[in-house]
Amino acid sequence: MSATLLIAMLITMIGASTPILLAALGELVVEKSGVLNLGIEGMMLTGAVVGFAVTYTTGNPWLGITIAALAGAAVSMIFAFLTLSLSANQVATGLALTIFGTGFSALFGSEYTGKPLELFKSIFPASLAEDPYLRLIFGHSPLVYFSFFMVFAVWWFLSRTRAGLILRAVGENDVSAHSIGYSVIGIRYGAVAFGGAMAGVGGACFPLLLTPQWVEGLTAGRGWIALALVVFAAWRPLRLLAGAYLFGLIATMELYTQAAGGVFRIIAPEMWASLPYLATIGVLVIISLGRSANANAPACLGKPFEAGH
Amino acid sequence: MSIITRRTAIKIGGAAAALPLIGSRAFAAEKVRAAFVLIGTPDDNGWNYGHDLGRREMIEALGADKVETTVVTNVAEGPDSERVFRELAQQGHDIIFGTSFGYGDAMLKVAKQFPDVKFEWATGYQTAPNLSIYNARFHEGRSVLGTIAGAMSETGIGAYIGSFPIPEVVMGINAFHLAARKQNPDFITKVVYVNSWFDPPKEADAARALIDQGVDVITQHTDGPAALQVAEERGIIGGFGQGADMSAFAPKAHLTSIIDIWSPYYIKAVKSVIDGTWAEGSSWEGLAAGEVVIGPYNEKIPADVVAAAEAVRLGIIDGSVHPFAGPITDNEGTLRVEAGDVIDDGEFWGVDWYAQGVEA
Repeated sequence: MSATLLIAMLITMIGASTPILLAALGELVVEKSGVLNLGIEGMMLTGAVVGFAVTYTTGNPWLGITIAALAGAAVSMIFAFLTLSLSANQVATGLALTIFGTGFSALFGSEYTGKPLELFKSIFPASLAEDPYLRLIFGHSPLVYFSFFMVFAVWWFLSRTRAGLILRAVGENDVSAHSIGYSVIGIRYGAVAFGGAMAGVGGACFPLLLTPQWVEGLTAGRGWIALALVVFAAWRPLRLLAGAYLFGLIATMELYTQAAGGVFRIIAPEMWASLPYLATIGVLVIISLGRSANANAPACLGKPFEAGH
Repeated sequence: MSIITRRTAIKIGGAAAALPLIGSRAFAAEKVRAAFVLIGTPDDNGWNYGHDLGRREMIEALGADKVETTVVTNVAEGPDSERVFRELAQQGHDIIFGTSFGYGDAMLKVAKQFPDVKFEWATGYQTAPNLSIYNARFHEGRSVLGTIAGAMSETGIGAYIGSFPIPEVVMGINAFHLAARKQNPDFITKVVYVNSWFDPPKEADAARALIDQGVDVITQHTDGPAALQVAEERGIIGGFGQGADMSAFAPKAHLTSIIDIWSPYYIKAVKSVIDGTWAEGSSWEGLAAGEVVIGPYNEKIPADVVAAAEAVRLGIIDGSVHPFAGPITDNEGTLRVEAGDVIDDGEFWGVDWYAQGVEA
């Protein structure tokens, strides 16, 4: 395998990984605050269709991404109101949010089906972005650099700031956090909104980074992979980065090995396709066998909080 | 006509049952009522769009005073569809079209319960006294695409992005490849299966994987323009539209397209119900009947290549060219079809091998 082919493959892999990485980062923060939002797929589809519509209408992908983030946050507020203010069941509400997002995006997007868009390409000069080797560093969409930044930002926020400590405290023991004066519900609202915004940007990656079109159900189930990835990463941002790239690599290998033919077909494509799920099960087994079983899972994950208990 | 979802089908059914009481009974009885069950929505630019366009053209051809239609969208294959077919039959539809392979079991079951209602199963494989099947010879269009691919490819490597390795897709690959080899005897067709009928991001990544490995002409057996858009972005020689003209997505890379035209069949089927001549049957038409149509050629295709493509198209129409004429050797070196022989319609569905030069 030549160096340029390897670089081309890595670029495809990074592109394929970016939407799930962004959405999973958002969900990680949500879950760290003690809330389980299964609505990622619905929020991603909302972000995808809004990102497409705004970029198509205005020609400005930056605006498209911003509005997609706001749209993702807006639909996540439906979930937040039902589960946090009304203490509805989080699993059922999250699933309902996915169904809502799927239907809303199909309805809102029907007039955008069949319209082409430009990809949101590298902002570096063509001499760097299209060089066969340097493009590994400079040839990515701004969304990719944004995902790198967000991995670092989320890691720093959760492990190095007081606000991050409070958020984790709310997720570990909501009653204690409440008793020393922190607004559990308020902090969880903020976390859910952040998760929605990140899922919205992750969704916008589909028309802007991967395939510049809108069709119903464009994300094709990637939201569920993002959800699995948070568990796979044991709620650690840096491990999430590695996990997202591992998932992306396996998905990309499935296609590149088929295209290469010959000896690269030793592992059947069906095997590659099932590897991410086998890997997730494997990691879950390893986590539960470990000395500190699920030590990093937020203790209050998925449990409703009502002040006055 | 009305476009309704599964849920509202019941309500409309109630309203429709009440209609004859209000209006003139004689007038209502003269109209033939046709129902169409779709797996997706008509705005998908592909499969469902093609069937809905056929329906609209059928109404235009036969006249809105002769036929009225009901469309039910987003009906999942399997047991869920059985209710929809039963409801439509109970509502008094005369003919019901199910436009997906996976509706078969439900249609066969409901057809038995409603012997007076005619059923039509697209891409099906089994008939009944009141159930016909219809399909199109998409592989004939693949021969025309393969001719263009073989003549225009500079690397000599083309690609076929497949959904699943089912006979229809395998034969699409073989038709494409055999035609390309007539233009370039060393032509190679790389096959990537995405194991889905619908996953645009994966189709786009498959196209990237293929182009990164020397492919400069791509065709796909999945609905949607994802692979074509990558072809446009990468500036390779090109690709082809599937199901509909997709040149809006890739003005430079879109060489031509295979377009499904269902209206001739829909006109024939509904007309036979009006005339009372409907009979159990199996229809499998292609280029000759106008059910498979080749879209406009991109102006960048040289005149001699257009001529070669047209020769194949017209040859298939008049019968002088057969997409699967021997000798054909498979990609493991076994002679599968003798010189002078062809793969006929009966053998078509049993082919589980690829022609020599296909990398799959």
